[in-house]
Amino acid sequence: MSKPRIKVPKKAAAGDVISIKTLVNHAMESGQRKDKAGNVIPRKILNKFACEFNGNPVFSTDIDAAISSNPFIQFSARVAESGTFKFTWTDDDGSVIEAEKPIEVS
Amino acid sequence: MNPTRRQFLKQQLLTGSAIIAAGGLSTLGLPAFASAEDVAQALAEFVGDAQTQTGLLTLKTPEIAENGNTVPISISVESDMTEDAYVESVMVLAEGNPSPKVITFHFTPASGQAVASTRMRLAKTQNVIAVAKMSDGSVYTDTKNVKVTIGGCGG
Amino acid sequence: MMRTTIYNTLLVAGITAVSLSTLSVSAAPVDDTLVIDGEIDITTRTAAPEGHPLKEVISGWHYRTPETRELETDTFQNSGYLGIEQGEEIWNTVEGTEGKSCASCHGDASESMATVGATFPKWHAKMNKPTNVELQINYCRTENMGAEAYKFDKGGQKPLTAYIKNQSLGKPVELDLTQGDMQAWFDKGKETYYKRTGQLNLSCASCHEKNNGNYIRADHLSQGNVNGFPTYRLKQNKLISIHNRFRGCIRDTRAEYPAAFSDELMGLEVYVTWRGTGLSVETPAVRQ
Repeated sequence: MSKPRIKVPKKAAAGDVISIKTLVNHAMESGQRKDKAGNVIPRKILNKFACEFNGNPVFSTDIDAAISSNPFIQFSARVAESGTFKFTWTDDDGSVIEAEKPIEVS
Repeated sequence: MNPTRRQFLKQQLLTGSAIIAAGGLSTLGLPAFASAEDVAQALAEFVGDAQTQTGLLTLKTPEIAENGNTVPISISVESDMTEDAYVESVMVLAEGNPSPKVITFHFTPASGQAVASTRMRLAKTQNVIAVAKMSDGSVYTDTKNVKVTIGGCGG
Repeated sequence: MMRTTIYNTLLVAGITAVSLSTLSVSAAPVDDTLVIDGEIDITTRTAAPEGHPLKEVISGWHYRTPETRELETDTFQNSGYLGIEQGEEIWNTVEGTEGKSCASCHGDASESMATVGATFPKWHAKMNKPTNVELQINYCRTENMGAEAYKFDKGGQKPLTAYIKNQSLGKPVELDLTQGDMQAWFDKGKETYYKRTGQLNLSCASCHEKNNGNYIRADHLSQGNVNGFPTYRLKQNKLISIHNRFRGCIRDTRAEYPAAFSDELMGLEVYVTWRGTGLSVETPAVRQ
């Protein structure tokens, strides 16, 4: 598993609405495919994504099997102060992928 | 009466409309497609019995998806996103997929704008529906038809 | 009856006057400009080199929908860069009995590999044949690193090849056919390009020279240039190598297809790469 790709501006002015892009390497196995022997390949997807800023919720998603592999999610955030964005993806198997990105707000 | 795949393709080609056809993911052996009840149930769970209206919410999709495996979509809702009035959630449904649920975005006033983009799978040509739930309980919808092509050249 | 079946088969393949004439209206390559991350200008149309059968060489990018084209303009949204990042890790990872990584000998890939993606396949005197990036990696692994050669499309072959070729992003493709027997391999590749094969009796040229711009069923046929390989294909959601694509194409003519890196396909790679002379390296391109 490679680390998630996240794009957050390094700097912003207080009150700015910034755009955040995320992309993570994951097969997003839908549970609707069969292997060569005809057996259903079990579903294994990232079913949740959440973004917090300095501990406060900014944006989150409930994800279903129709999201493409290597899921890409773009959204925005309004920043009032410097701090750290925390990103969390939750896998069907209970494991989590976590990442953080700082931003300097003036 | 069900025409065979070959008859169907032949007919499409003879009428010169070969580009668009259903079943973009047919090789994956997908199960049956979502029923109207599945869609209605997902909607009811999300908005209860609220009246839906159009406006404010825009769903953007390609008119023609070159490959049903990766279809870029985005939603945006007009809102100032203040503590008093903001967009709570936007659900996206695909009418013609095996299961209609695609993704639900949850916003907060800290989102600044109610905008989001992602990429989704579409099993065939169908309607994609977005539903936005506002903090005051009002509900907006937007629907786009996306045509999914069958390629001529496999991997 | 037999004749009808063959006719239907051709109908399905879209090689008919009906489908070509009715669909050709919207089929021209799109007029657009590719700039990656707002700073790297990519040459996607250019005058063909001397001896080329077409007047203009055009990247497959022009044949794709606006949404697919847009993915390639942004290295963040282009999922092929997941492979590039993986390739960079491999570049710096020690493997084999000699305790070396690629970087041990070649240092900074952005310098040492700057022109590789634009100039391979190249003549390899010791192997006495043209080598592509994949075979050169295997040569290094077995001869210099004491590591095992990658099997076709396995292990780190695709990401490492993509990482190396990506160092030439934006540089024009230009082969040196004067080295060794390159010209003979070029000629052999040209022969393969024009040879009709399979139950559908198609050559590379049937689709990519005579019918580029037209549709084969729903696929908008490009010139079949390889300046973006390994390319991120939305169909499989992963990097696809040149030889995988060659084999896929030949299979679609319903023919037996040659082994990856066989002499036949190496000759074809030399010839087809030359046909894209002057186009920028786009690795990893994004295609449908």
